[in-house]
Amino acid sequence: MAEKTLLRVEDLKLYFQTSHGDVQAVDGVNFSLPENKAVVVIGESGCGKTSMAKALLRLLPRNAGTYSGKVLLNGVDIMAMDDEQYRKDVRWVKMSMVPQAAMNSLNPVMRVKDQVSEPMIVHSAVSKEFALEQARIMFQRVGVPVDFLNRYAFELSGGMRQRVAIAMSLVTVPELVILDEPTSALDVLTQANIMNLLKGIKKEFATSFILITHDVATASEIADYVEVMYAGQIVEFGDAYRFFTEPLHPYSEKLMASIPRLRSTSKLDFITGQPPSLINPPTGCRFADRCHKRFAKCSEEPPTVNIDGRSVKCWLYQ
Amino acid sequence: MASKKQTKVNIQSVQTELSDTFLSIQDLHVWFELRKFGFGRAGYVHAVDGVSFDLDRGEALAIVGESGCGKTTLMKTILGLYMPVKGDVVYKGNRLSEYSNAEMRWYRSQVGFVQQDPYGALPPFMNVQRILEEPLIINGVKDKKERLERIHRVFEEVKMTPVEEFLPKFPHMLSGGQQQRVVIARAMILNPKLLVADEPVSMLDASVRVEILNLLRGLQEKHHLAVIYITHDLSTVRYFSEYIFVMYAGEIIEKATGDDLLKNPCHPYTLALLSATSDPDAKNVEKFQDVPPGEPPSLVKPPEGCRFHPRCKKMIPGLCDVKRPPEFQPIKGHLVSCWLFKDA
Repeated sequence: MAEKTLLRVEDLKLYFQTSHGDVQAVDGVNFSLPENKAVVVIGESGCGKTSMAKALLRLLPRNAGTYSGKVLLNGVDIMAMDDEQYRKDVRWVKMSMVPQAAMNSLNPVMRVKDQVSEPMIVHSAVSKEFALEQARIMFQRVGVPVDFLNRYAFELSGGMRQRVAIAMSLVTVPELVILDEPTSALDVLTQANIMNLLKGIKKEFATSFILITHDVATASEIADYVEVMYAGQIVEFGDAYRFFTEPLHPYSEKLMASIPRLRSTSKLDFITGQPPSLINPPTGCRFADRCHKRFAKCSEEPPTVNIDGRSVKCWLYQ
Repeated sequence: MASKKQTKVNIQSVQTELSDTFLSIQDLHVWFELRKFGFGRAGYVHAVDGVSFDLDRGEALAIVGESGCGKTTLMKTILGLYMPVKGDVVYKGNRLSEYSNAEMRWYRSQVGFVQQDPYGALPPFMNVQRILEEPLIINGVKDKKERLERIHRVFEEVKMTPVEEFLPKFPHMLSGGQQQRVVIARAMILNPKLLVADEPVSMLDASVRVEILNLLRGLQEKHHLAVIYITHDLSTVRYFSEYIFVMYAGEIIEKATGDDLLKNPCHPYTLALLSATSDPDAKNVEKFQDVPPGEPPSLVKPPEGCRFHPRCKKMIPGLCDVKRPPEFQPIKGHLVSCWLFKDA
């Protein structure tokens, strides 16, 4: 199957400047994503998942230092654009984001209908009435009762707020939506609802998703591809089916073994130690200190090996 | 309602050194008053409405439910932080509501509390040593050497070694897992008999979660503790507790042993919870999950009859929406509040 590549990321780097030195939050990330597919980024907190999302959308904090690499969206290098062009042509037009804790990222003093229609008014130069009509349609699609349109964010439950945030990211019909921990603060049933919603949207709008989560079980609900991040780097990237049956990297293996399961009695494992500091990350493999399969070679920078379409950054497969 | 009283799930009687039950929750109702314009009464939030169960030493009990179902209120009432409007918490044969202030202080030393968010639970301006000394000082351990000794002992138990290295640190210098260990150490330092853990791992990374759960389980077995583990995550429960209670809208709707509940869930709500909890599996992508419509009801005016009936597929009109279901026992040791099992 010849799939059209929607997004290609090459050697993306984002460092933050601090008084202790540069934090290498995203350090040389490479991957590509075909159209209408979902890639799930998993990893522990502090491994650079959110920073990668922010780097893709160019939502940089003030202390951002190095910001380099190539991001090709439909073959166009969006990293080469200046900020104004990026804002006009990419952000929320082609790529949008549902931020982490979407429940708290809604504006408390705006009615949700105004909030959902705002991206349209700003980016598509449409009339307010048209945008509100679109917002209404979008509300119906994401399952928020239409009489909630006039409410404020605090008048909605957590699941409803999440739906509003999703509606807001979809209203301009972007090709790629980045969802940062869309379900982590929600209840089990609400989580299942939101995942159902995302599955439906993926089919209907032909949208691609980058879903960031540390909950592997949720990830498996929607993933076509899985990307495992560790200490600012991608240690494994591959199709979801083979990842969930047989993870390659020792870190992915341990991570999978540490997930409590409802329907199996396997003994749980955990990863000892902590991820390394990203200010002065260790040379060689960054996972080496915690790895159960460590050997002499691991003190050198591991290569990214390609094994039938899956890539893994580990000496074991060389 | 008579059957509500005998809610001891434990059918095989566990022998303890005490003749009377260790902890008994009797028909507990905790309501919060809603006020209109500051004085007029606008009704009550029925946060906990008729909960009863017994717990013995050495048993771990998990209470599972969605947010807003009253599990935190129940926990805080057991800790003595809220006063019930009806019913009581009975600790070793004494009613909590009859305790004097001094007795209450003693009770609190018997109950350890592990909070949900470890960073929020630790005062940022105190170092670890201060944090752990405080409960000892309050409970009259005047000798500094003894205090340090006890801190050392408890730190070794929660595997925070070398101890000296951690004592001068402030909470922000520790990782999430280490912070949670400090919280557990603080809960354990007075040698409590009962440990109440409110979502102790929900804020932690998957890789440390298991470590903390194993630690809690180890402490429970070693000290023969009674543990109440409150969570919304069913998948962690089976690794942790003997009993699982499912709570919905202020009521406990199903009580069973851990394996029994996961194998033979009875209440439609429990079934929904179980089917919505997915295991990592690539096949999940292909299907939509079956989720009951709607949201949990308001606790100000909870629905008549069974509180789950507006969302329930198997609702029996004329019964479920009229009469509150008592506890039926379809399987031995498995109690369920649902009219579907009325013939059991």
